Amino acid sequence: MILFQLAAVYVCTIAVAILFNMPKEQHLFCGLTGIAAWIGYLAALQASSSVVLASFVSALLLTAVSRIFAVWRRTPIIIFLVSGIFPLVPGAGIYYTAYYFIMGDNALALGKGVETIKIAVAIALGIVLMLSLPYSLFRGFRGREKSAR
Amino acid sequence: MLDLAVKAGEILLQNGAEIFRVQETMTRIAAAYSYGSESFHAYVLSNAIFASLREEDGAYNADLRNIPLSPVHLGRVDAVNSLSRAIAEGRYSPDEALAQIERIRSLPENSPLLLTFSSGIVSATFCYLFGGGLLDSLAAFFTGLILYFFLIPAKRWKLSKIVSNILGSVVITLCALCFTGLGFGGQADKIIIGAIMPMAPGVPLTTSIRDFFNGDYLSGAIRMLDAILIAACIAIGVGFVLKTGNLLLGVQL
Repeated sequence: MILFQLAAVYVCTIAVAILFNMPKEQHLFCGLTGIAAWIGYLAALQASSSVVLASFVSALLLTAVSRIFAVWRRTPIIIFLVSGIFPLVPGAGIYYTAYYFIMGDNALALGKGVETIKIAVAIALGIVLMLSLPYSLFRGFRGREKSAR
Repeated sequence: MLDLAVKAGEILLQNGAEIFRVQETMTRIAAAYSYGSESFHAYVLSNAIFASLREEDGAYNADLRNIPLSPVHLGRVDAVNSLSRAIAEGRYSPDEALAQIERIRSLPENSPLLLTFSSGIVSATFCYLFGGGLLDSLAAFFTGLILYFFLIPAKRWKLSKIVSNILGSVVITLCALCFTGLGFGGQADKIIIGAIMPMAPGVPLTTSIRDFFNGDYLSGAIRMLDAILIAACIAIGVGFVLKTGNLLLGVQL
């Protein structure tokens, strides 16, 4: 079951990478960042059953993996971050907020809206926290210089 | 020389790079042609580049570019990034570098067919991840395809971003309701959630976080606004169709 999910995340993240015209040679690694994010999400959800906390943990993991890939593959980190962040973007939150809002259930709409914002903030915090670790921690992963094309 | 740096910056900014990266790349290119930090200055906002360069004889050059929001092509960001490293190592003369920049500018986008197909894949996999069944995912796949059948011509007609996002989510919701109405997939909400993901503001959200982190608050705020607007547009489109369906046909989710 989890394997199916991970396969889905992998395919999904690569499709996102295609949508944003990312360089082809990075596609497989974009997929891996998606998997990392999802594993973090599932694990934290198991442990705490809080979506916000899970988003935070998974953003941490996602950013760590992205930094490693960015240094290793000598590629702007944004490429890995964008593809990996998609499974975390609170699309369901946006939908349910709109749904309850339109259906006149203001209390539920507010609850969902606040949760969506909380998730976005948690993702941002996770990314920022991991980005602020010193570069030297990641230097060990530096790969070969890419040949200029 | 100034032209080269500004053009590189322009490509980066247009295709979704962070402010910090744009500024750093421009400075790096200038430094490679021996215009150090005292003779080259660049100030970058999310939609403009200001750059000035002082020649050795004391004459000043300045360049100002307005850069409208445009579709994201992260492959170009990567290409400019590698190019700027190569320039920093002195592997290109200014003319060669300019030719490379032009080549990067015309790097092709993925074909519409491939984009449409991946939109379908994104929709289907997200639908599955959010708890949709196999039939729902299949419906989401087709909804994602239809979404891009709409979004690609919308780009050609130069519809404003707000309008095309609202209409895009209207299209999605209509499709999802039709599919479930025909008995093809049972959970319209899961199908809709999956299919709005190709439009979700992942890129502005990420760059905005990066901009804030690097202290570029103004550009970060602009992009955050962009992300929030996109999300709001999606919500409006979905909500509009659901409400109309609810009022006219009594469709209940």
